[in-house]
Amino acid sequence: MKADAESILEVRDLVKHFPLTQGIVVKRQIGAIKAVDGVSFDLHRGETLGIVGESGCGKSTLAKLLMALERPTSGSVRIRGKDITAARGAELKRMRRNIQMVMQDPYTSLNPRMTVGDIVGEPFEIHPDVAPKGDRRRRVQELLEVVGLNPDHINRYPHQFSGGQRQRIGIARGLALQPEIIICDEPVSALDVSIQAQVMNLLERLQDEFDLSYIFIAHDLSVVRHISDRVAVMYLGKIVELGSDSEIYDTPTHPYTQALLSAVPVPDPEGRETRQRIILQGDPPSPANPPSGCHFRTRCWKAQDICAEQRPALEVRPGSAHPSACHFAEVRDVVNAK
Amino acid sequence: MSDPTVTQDLIKGADEPTASPVAVKDSRRSLWRDTWDILKRRKIFWISLVMLILFLAMAAFPSLFTHKDPEYATLAKSMEGPSSEAWFGYDLQGRDVFARAVYGARTSIVVGVLATLATVLIGGLTGVLAAYFGRWLDAIVSRVGEMLLGLPYVLGAIIILGTIAPAQSNPGKVMIMAVVIIVLALLGWPILMRIARSAVIQAKHQDYVQAARALGAGPMRIIFRHLLPNSLAPILVYATITIGSFIGAEATLSLLGIGLRSPVISWGIAIADHASYIRTAPHAMFFPAAFLSLCVLTFVMLGEAVRDALDPKLR
Ligand SMILES: Nc1ncnc2c1ncn2[C@@H]1O[C@H](COP(=O)(O)OP(=O)(O)OP(=O)(O)O)[C@@H](O)[C@H]1O
Ligand code: SF4
Ligand SMILES: [Mg+2]
Repeated sequence: MKADAESILEVRDLVKHFPLTQGIVVKRQIGAIKAVDGVSFDLHRGETLGIVGESGCGKSTLAKLLMALERPTSGSVRIRGKDITAARGAELKRMRRNIQMVMQDPYTSLNPRMTVGDIVGEPFEIHPDVAPKGDRRRRVQELLEVVGLNPDHINRYPHQFSGGQRQRIGIARGLALQPEIIICDEPVSALDVSIQAQVMNLLERLQDEFDLSYIFIAHDLSVVRHISDRVAVMYLGKIVELGSDSEIYDTPTHPYTQALLSAVPVPDPEGRETRQRIILQGDPPSPANPPSGCHFRTRCWKAQDICAEQRPALEVRPGSAHPSACHFAEVRDVVNAK
Repeated sequence: MSDPTVTQDLIKGADEPTASPVAVKDSRRSLWRDTWDILKRRKIFWISLVMLILFLAMAAFPSLFTHKDPEYATLAKSMEGPSSEAWFGYDLQGRDVFARAVYGARTSIVVGVLATLATVLIGGLTGVLAAYFGRWLDAIVSRVGEMLLGLPYVLGAIIILGTIAPAQSNPGKVMIMAVVIIVLALLGWPILMRIARSAVIQAKHQDYVQAARALGAGPMRIIFRHLLPNSLAPILVYATITIGSFIGAEATLSLLGIGLRSPVISWGIAIADHASYIRTAPHAMFFPAAFLSLCVLTFVMLGEAVRDALDPKLR
């Protein structure tokens, strides 16, 4: 593993509740969508942390909190020791240079009325001290080259590019300020399968070249597998299991992770036939009204009374080396099970 | 004026991601280029453009269209019908109907354009600010707009104009034009505010605005670089249509006796002056009315042609 132990990003007890209000004149709060509900993790320098979970579990909200695009209800996000959630004005602007984002949809993440040169050069206009004015065009062309685009296309508009090329433009924009951290929110899920691998390879190459730390969000464990050093599995606003690549894939202990993994297609055709698939019942409950105790208990085949009464903490439990938020955590090799 | 379907279409057309992932070889194309490519194939666009140029020329250089003096009256020829000497005949005071229709273009178009300009400025600014900053600013702007929209247009104009410039009063030429322009803009801005507001709200949630914020862009950059350019199309289109409807509205106010009045020359006044003689001398009202309708139609057609061309769904 290439990551060293130095923490570059520290997330502690991060909570984001979107208030649900009623009434037009006098707004009354009648509840809250608990999109992110107490998330803590560290990101080490040079590593990739995969974050995986079903649609609506709060991945994008978490990304926006890390980018300070949303203000958290509580908790902190420390980048190199400084809390970005508490930063304002010039300080926040300076901190943004160190953390950038690649968005999911390459069709909406680029301003259709700006040329590629303007889009990739905008970071320099916002932070003029990063590149002197006369130097910017050259810098933009360099960036285009780095992400594998023709630097002569600087005057073209986004709609003249394919989805994969557009995603490269978005990556070039994210790289412009030379951040240490890049958050990729499902960066390939909107692309054709054939293009996905190219973009993933580009991201991996850039990581080595610029010593980047990634948070890589996906809704499917198979996507993050080959890029992640560590993986966090999210369910209904919480991390339910967090471990290294091999800990999550080979020795998962949380029933939800096991269920997700059992659905991942395996390359070995024999394995596919013999292993058991765990099919989850029903849909995830609404984040406005999560179940008591363990959030997963309404769909868990191992649930006992204690699961409704006590919330299982994300902690290292006997029989396993990585933290899991389950009272009955136990290793089960779903991928290789015969 | 407040045709909800028109507004809806404009908003939808505001800015959807253009669904054309095909990389076009080497030609520099922009969304405006695409729009132009569609426009130039539309007959209705060319017709309205030619008519627009004609009307604008008429407004700027009326003497190119007639050598007669619109003020010159020969009372003896009052209400005389069309003849070889005066193709459109004479009006109540014995003035040349054609000359007055030509000279009327300037007033009507100036009032329409200036009132629209004021409407776009007030409505656009309030709409953009309300959408961007939201909260109490949005609440205030939206409520005031709703109040004004709830007031029937003509009723509002009667109340305001009737107070400032009652029917019998005789304000100066510039004064009465200014008052009419202000009244039109005052009652018309809420619709533009709504269009600008929804266009900006829609653009505001686009990922590229989030990306700009993540880069550290401030409100000014976000409004002027990202929100306005992507909201301008529906505003411009609606403004074109508004010029047409304001020209019509100005005529309505003249007809009611509270809008423009002599010595100003305008189509509305000409129609108003001869409305009661429609049986005996239809020509005196018909020709100014025809000019008026054609001019309104020109602006509306042009606006709608551009709107259709901008609509990505039709691509
Ligand atoms: N601005 C908001 N206001 C209210 N609720 C919101 C807001 N943004 C997100 N939510 C809610 O928070 C929950 C988590 O949303 P989020 O977009 O973070 O999920 P996600 O894991 O990214 O899902 P997906 O895989 O579909 O992108 C959802 O129930 C969503 O409806
Ligand atoms: S705590 Fe209980 S309900 Fe939750 S995952 Fe573990 S066994 Fe299932
Ligand atoms: Mg998401």
